Amino acid sequence: MSKIGEAFANGKAFIAFVTCGDPDLETTKSCVRAAVENGADLIELGIPFSDPTAEGPVIQGANLRALTGGVTTDQIFDMVRELRTDVGVPMVFMTYANVIFSYGAERFFSACKEIGMDGVILPDLPFEEKGEFLPVSRTYGVDLISLIAPTSANRIAMIAREAEGFVYVVSSLGVTGTRSEIKTDLVSIVEVIRQNTDIPCAIGFGISTPEQARKMAGISDGAIVGSAIVKIIEKYGREAAPHVGAYVREMKAGMASC
Amino acid sequence: MPSRQMFRNAGLERTVTMTNNNGRFGIHGGQYIPETLMNAVIELEEAYNHYKEDADFNRELTALFNDYAGRPSRLYFAEKMTKDLGGAKIYLKREDLNHTGSHKINNVLGQALLAKKMGKTRLIAETGAGQHGVATATAAALMGMECVVFMGEEDTVRQALNVYRMRLLGAEVIPVKTGTATLKDAVSEAMREWTSRIADTHYCLGSVMGPHPFPMIVRDFQAVISREIKAQLMEKEGRLPDAVIACVGGGSNAMGSFYHFIKEQGVRLIGCEAAGRGIDTFETAATVNTGRVGIFHGMKSYFCQDEYGQIAPVYSISAGLDYPGIGPEHAHLHDIGRAEYVPVTDDEAVEAFEYLSKTEGIIPAIESAHAVAYARKIAPVMRKDQIVVITISGRGDKDCAAIARYRGEDIHE
Repeated sequence: MSKIGEAFANGKAFIAFVTCGDPDLETTKSCVRAAVENGADLIELGIPFSDPTAEGPVIQGANLRALTGGVTTDQIFDMVRELRTDVGVPMVFMTYANVIFSYGAERFFSACKEIGMDGVILPDLPFEEKGEFLPVSRTYGVDLISLIAPTSANRIAMIAREAEGFVYVVSSLGVTGTRSEIKTDLVSIVEVIRQNTDIPCAIGFGISTPEQARKMAGISDGAIVGSAIVKIIEKYGREAAPHVGAYVREMKAGMASC
Repeated sequence: MPSRQMFRNAGLERTVTMTNNNGRFGIHGGQYIPETLMNAVIELEEAYNHYKEDADFNRELTALFNDYAGRPSRLYFAEKMTKDLGGAKIYLKREDLNHTGSHKINNVLGQALLAKKMGKTRLIAETGAGQHGVATATAAALMGMECVVFMGEEDTVRQALNVYRMRLLGAEVIPVKTGTATLKDAVSEAMREWTSRIADTHYCLGSVMGPHPFPMIVRDFQAVISREIKAQLMEKEGRLPDAVIACVGGGSNAMGSFYHFIKEQGVRLIGCEAAGRGIDTFETAATVNTGRVGIFHGMKSYFCQDEYGQIAPVYSISAGLDYPGIGPEHAHLHDIGRAEYVPVTDDEAVEAFEYLSKTEGIIPAIESAHAVAYARKIAPVMRKDQIVVITISGRGDKDCAAIARYRGEDIHE
């Protein structure tokens, strides 16, 4: 099992997402530390992209703020290097294929290994296009994390069988963003995933309340929260870290009973 | 004049340059999209492969092309322009005479009919200049389908008349305020909308771009342009042209104009990119000339981008060419040297817009004027027995107010 498995070793995992450089990298660092101190089991670091087609308005806004602030992939690598001096939980990047392709897959994944990133999530790299990066990501031991959607149907088994790290189950149709209700039959989806792989699966998209996190983690092995955290950062800016910490603590407590 | 009999069969085209079944054109193309959409594009490909061989589908589409869109479009010998330039004979392929005023209707009628056969009841589309949006709204009205068009907010201002036309046709127009508020953002927003509503909705993509199978489907529906050019020129001149020139944004009218000539090595294929204020400035949309290979909007191709892969804001006077990428088949034709992609500036395009209006009494779309501009450069240095075909992809009524403003006249629609 890869290092990502550690995130799921002590019960249900809470996975927290932040966009790097929103509004600056100092804030990102303090928010990551606050999330980890308050129980986040895995950190998803968004490398901003100019045109994030899988994101709703909240994370689109974070991408824009980060890029307007001038953040670059190299600066984000430096930030991770620094975080790794005291942050031990598994961490993965979430970005878009062009960010890696443009940087050069070899250069990107070797840097991931060197700075201690454990995986990469690319919402615009479906199963059929994994070959774009897989030979290189494998060379450097970085997990290329697969997503499964409510529309995946007959594709679930195929994707699950080759999945690495953890399986990212997309809870709902559409883009990222908080939702009042998640209607997809996730129990059936998770069942097929479990029939086809031993690696953990976590549910994301639309989760914002402790109640939702409990429900989703109850069905699967963890809950992924992005937009709700980004909203806090949007609201409090450079002062966001304690608020992010308090939110993670509340979510983690909500999941404790499942 | 060739008879309509010749165009009886919409006869959807077989793949020539696609090198594998994953939608690749050389290294370009592919399906770089969210997992949520994968079954939708697979279903679309299966339906397309079925219906393109289906006699009823082809009969219905041909009837729509001929009776509704007004095909075949004319191939007109531009005698005055030919004399004035003093070189090659110039023919204009008059896609501007199609119903709705551009080549966009060819693709839209095909996709709307396909969507209807697939049981979809709602069409969504992106639009830049508004030509594709108007065509989609038109097909939706004709076929009794719901229609939502995403258009960059800046473009809704540049092309206010087309916004009104779409609404008149019963479509909802959603101004997109994100990013640069132009065509690329409209594509992103349409993709986001599609991931949220797939069951009843077909994304009627307007150019030879996006994830497979769109570049193939749109190309096949637009290939009617080159099939007609070939037949019409054979009838008038008894031979093939020496060059075919078309403007390129995503590249659908150019792909349609080139397609049946790709195997004819003697025919130069020239795509005219929007250089904006020049390819040595940042205010350009000349993708092949200034971009590099990347992955965006579902495809691998050439894109204008910075060193970290952030998609660059692009600029052109033409809302329809104001896109940071180019269709993957064009990228491949460039790589193998089969087609040339040349930059044409705003100034050159505006001069050509005025030139064709005064010389031939034809007001071209500002997009098409990019192709006219390049023809003005090469025709004079070609021999008189040579032939150039320029595709006039659309009519220029929509651009008159903007061009007047460009020339310092304060005209509003």
